[in-house]
Amino acid sequence: MSQLAAVESPRWVRIGLIPLLQLVLALAVSSLVVLMIGEDPIRAFKIMIQGAISTEFGGLSNTLYYTTNFIFTGLAVAVASHAGLFNIGGEGQAYVGGLAVAIVCLALDSTLNVWLIAPLVVVGCAAFGAFWGVIPGYLQAKRGSHIVVTTIMFNFIAMAFMSYALVVWISPLGGNSTDSRYWAADAVLPKWHEMASSFGMNASFSLLNPVLLLALACCVLVWVLIWRTRLGYAIRTVGSNPHAATYAGINANRIIIITMAISGALAGMMAVNEVYAAQGRLILNFTSGFGFMGIAVALMGRNHPFGIVLASLLFGALYQGGTELQFEISSISPQMVLVIQGLVVFFTGALDRLVREPVESLFQRRAIVAANASTGVAK
Amino acid sequence: MTAPAIELKTINKRFGPVWANRDINLRVMPGTVHGIVGENGAGKSTLMSILYGFYIADDGQTLVNGQELTIQNSQQAITAGIGMVHQHFMLVEPFTVLENVMLGMEGQGLLSRARGKARKALNDIASRYGLNIDPDAIVGDLPVGLQQRVEILKALYRGAKILILDEPTSVLTPQEAGQLFEILESLRSQGVTILLITHKLREIMAITNHVSVMRAGQMVAHRDTVKTNPEELAELMVGRKVLLTVDKEPARPGENRMTVDKIGYVDSRGVKCLKDISFSLRAGEILGVAGVTGNGQTELMKVLSGALSPTSGSVKLETRSGVQVLKVGEWPDAGQMRDYSIGHVPEDRLQQGVVKSFDASENAILGYHNKPEYGQPLLNPEKVVKATREMMDAYDVRPQLPSMKTANFSGGNQQKLVLAREMMKEPDILLIGQPTRGVDIGAIEFIHRNMIEARDKGAAVLLVSVELDEILSLSDRIIVMNDGAITGEVVASETNETELGVLMTSSADGDEPKLQKHGLQKEPEKEKEEVVV
Repeated sequence: MSQLAAVESPRWVRIGLIPLLQLVLALAVSSLVVLMIGEDPIRAFKIMIQGAISTEFGGLSNTLYYTTNFIFTGLAVAVASHAGLFNIGGEGQAYVGGLAVAIVCLALDSTLNVWLIAPLVVVGCAAFGAFWGVIPGYLQAKRGSHIVVTTIMFNFIAMAFMSYALVVWISPLGGNSTDSRYWAADAVLPKWHEMASSFGMNASFSLLNPVLLLALACCVLVWVLIWRTRLGYAIRTVGSNPHAATYAGINANRIIIITMAISGALAGMMAVNEVYAAQGRLILNFTSGFGFMGIAVALMGRNHPFGIVLASLLFGALYQGGTELQFEISSISPQMVLVIQGLVVFFTGALDRLVREPVESLFQRRAIVAANASTGVAK
Repeated sequence: MTAPAIELKTINKRFGPVWANRDINLRVMPGTVHGIVGENGAGKSTLMSILYGFYIADDGQTLVNGQELTIQNSQQAITAGIGMVHQHFMLVEPFTVLENVMLGMEGQGLLSRARGKARKALNDIASRYGLNIDPDAIVGDLPVGLQQRVEILKALYRGAKILILDEPTSVLTPQEAGQLFEILESLRSQGVTILLITHKLREIMAITNHVSVMRAGQMVAHRDTVKTNPEELAELMVGRKVLLTVDKEPARPGENRMTVDKIGYVDSRGVKCLKDISFSLRAGEILGVAGVTGNGQTELMKVLSGALSPTSGSVKLETRSGVQVLKVGEWPDAGQMRDYSIGHVPEDRLQQGVVKSFDASENAILGYHNKPEYGQPLLNPEKVVKATREMMDAYDVRPQLPSMKTANFSGGNQQKLVLAREMMKEPDILLIGQPTRGVDIGAIEFIHRNMIEARDKGAAVLLVSVELDEILSLSDRIIVMNDGAITGEVVASETNETELGVLMTSSADGDEPKLQKHGLQKEPEKEKEEVVV
C-alpha cells in the first residue's frame, strides 16, 4: 500500500510545473478582479511584468532589491519550520534589527569607513534579531508558551518599542519626527547604479545594493546548516519527531532556543538591506509586511534555500510590478495590488493542495501505467 | 444447504501498482468462527476494510447471506449486520458503558428516553450472550478486556450477526484472552458468525472452524482447522518452511552489567509509574520483562535508556566504559547512555526509533550522529551512506536503498534497520522493546537469531515484550511487571504461560486473582518453546 507514496512525480513537476500552474490560477482570478473594476487584465499584467523586469527604469534591479528582503525573511521562517517552529515574528525581529543599524551608524558613521561599519551592522542586525527570536524560543522551550502566540506578541512589542525609540531617542539626533537622520554617505554601501556608473556603465536609479550577495550567501549557509551539519540534523529530528530526538539524546529545548536565535538573526538581517543600504536611515514601520511575507515565501519555496530564492524573485517581481501598476493605471489602487499579491499567496500557499494533489496523482498514475506496461502486468 | 454468511467472489483492490487484494474468494458459513491468517501486509486488513465499507473494491462481488451488496460505507455494513471490533478500541473513555453503546444511535430529542430503551436492550443482549457488564461503569476505568467487551456489545447492539475481530488478543493477558474465547464460543453457539483476524496460529487452532491463509494479497489456502496444523499454516503464510522454535544453547551468564536499585518514577500527574524496581542484568543472558502493555515497562525502558529521569533509586552500570553509578538529579540523557555502551531498540519504532520522513541513511545514524566517523566537521553523506549499506547488508534490509524514505520501507525492514543500528556497535547492554511488533514471520526468525547471537557474544540483553511466547522462547530469566512493580521473577525454562499470566495480574503485595481455566492455557510444557506466529 505504501508503495503509492514511493512513486514520486518527477522533480520538474513538483518544483516547476505545479508552482507555475498555481501562479497561472492566481493570475486568472486576479484578472477577474481587474475586469470587475473595468480595466483590461492583459494590459495590467503587461505593465506589471514590464515594470518588474525592465532594465530601462530600474525595474529589474528594484525587483532584486525586494527579493533581498524576501530571502532573509523567507530563510528565517524556513529554518524555524525545520525545527517544527512556526516563527511569525520575522516582522518584529527585522524591525529590532533596524535598531542595531541605527545604533551602529549614529554612533560611528562619522568615524569609521564603510568597510568597518558594514560588518558591524551585519553582526548587530543578526544579534538584535537573534535576541528578539530567542526570547520566544526560550519561553517555548522552558515554559511551554506557544511560539506562534509569543512571536505575534513580540511583533507588537517591537512595534511599540521602536515607535518610542524613534520618537524619543533617535529622531532628536537630527531626523524628522519619526525618522532618524540619514547615515553619512561614506559609511553606506554603494547602490548598484552607483557602482555601475563608477565602472562606466549606465544604470537607472534603484535601491538594489550588494546586500543581495549577503542574502545569497545566507542561502548557501542555511543549506549547509540544515543538510550537512550535526546541528541541522538535530534541528530536523526535533522538527520531524521530538520523541525520536529524545531517544537519540538530542536536547530538544536547547535546539529550539538555538533555532530561534538563527531564525531571528536571519530576519534581523533584513534591516541590513532595508535600513542600512537601501533607505540610508531608520524610518517608522520600515518592515511594512516583509516579515510576514516571509511565511508565504518559505511556504512556496518548500523551506529549501533554492526554492526560497525563486519564490523571493517572484514576490519581488510582484512588489515591483505592483508599484508600477498603480503608477500607470490610476484606477488600480495600492489595495488592488495587495489583492493580487494576496491571491498569489492564497493559491501557492494556502490552497497548495488544490493543484498539487490532482497533478501529482496524475503523474503517479502515468508512472504506474508505464511501470506496469514495462513489467507486463495484466489488467 | 444454507447460504454463506459472507461470500466474496474475485475481489480485487489495487493501491497504485500494488495489489492489496487479488482475486480473493472467501466463503464464511453462518454460525462458525472463521480465521484469517497472514503476515503483515498480506492484505487481511484491506479485505476486512472492504467488507466493512472503509474501502471499495475495484471489482468483484460481495454477498451477505446470499444477497449481493455493494458496501460503500460502514453504515451500510452495519445495516447488513456486520460489526467490527477494531484492534485499537473506538471508545469514549469518560463515557459510561451505556453511553458508549448507544453512541450514534441516540435517536431524537431528549436522551433520557433513549437511555432507558438502550439500557433494556443492552441488558437483553448481555444476558443472552453472557456478556455481563455494569452499564453505568465509566469505560476509562475498565480493564482492557472489559473495554473490548464493550466494543463487542456495541456491535451486537447495532444488530451485528457477523462479527469481525481484528487482532483481538494483542492487548489482553492470557486470562483475558481466555475469557474472550469463551465469549466467542458463546456467540457462535447463538448463531453469530465470527471472522477472526490474527497472526497467532495458536488462537486459530484453538477456536476456529475454518481458516483461510493470505499471502501477498492473495488467498493461498482454505482449510478446515481440524485438518491442518500450525507448521502447515506458517509455511502457507510465508511460502517456505519456517522454524517456529528458537534454537539456543543454555545461557552462560557472566559478570553484572547493570544493577537497578529501587528505581521509582512518578509522572507529572502524580501517577506512580514505577515502584521500587530492582533487578540485575548480567553479561550473556537475556532477561525478559513480561506484562500487559502499560504496566510500567515503557517507563522502565525510557529510564534505562536515558529518555526519562526517574524520581528515586539508582542504577549501577559496569561496562567497557567503566563503572557508573547513575543517581536521581544527574541522570544521563540518551546520548550519554549510548556512550556508556547501551544500545536501545525502542518499543515504538515509529514514535521513537526512526524519523519517518528521513532517508534510511539519516535514520541509520540517529543517536550516533555525533560520532566523528560520519564526517568531520560536517556530516559526510558518503560515509553515512556507506555505513548504512553495511547495516542493510548485514541485517538484510530490503530494498537496499539508503536514499529511500524510511516511511516507504515495510515495518519489518524498518525494524531490521533499527536493530542493525543498535546491535552492530556490539554494546555491552542491549535494551530491546517489542522487537517483532508488526514484523513478518520471516523477519521474526532472523531477529530472534540475532538476539541470541548477541547474547552468546556476551551482551546483557533486557527484553520487553507483550508477546508471552516471545518472552518464553528467548529469555533466560523473566521478571513480571504489573502496575509499575515487579510481581515476580522466574527462570524461563521452569515456567509457563499460566504462571506468568497469574503474575501479570497479581499485585506486588501478593494477593492473587483466580486463575481462569481455558483451552488456551493447557499443555504449557509443549508450547513454551514456540515463537509468536
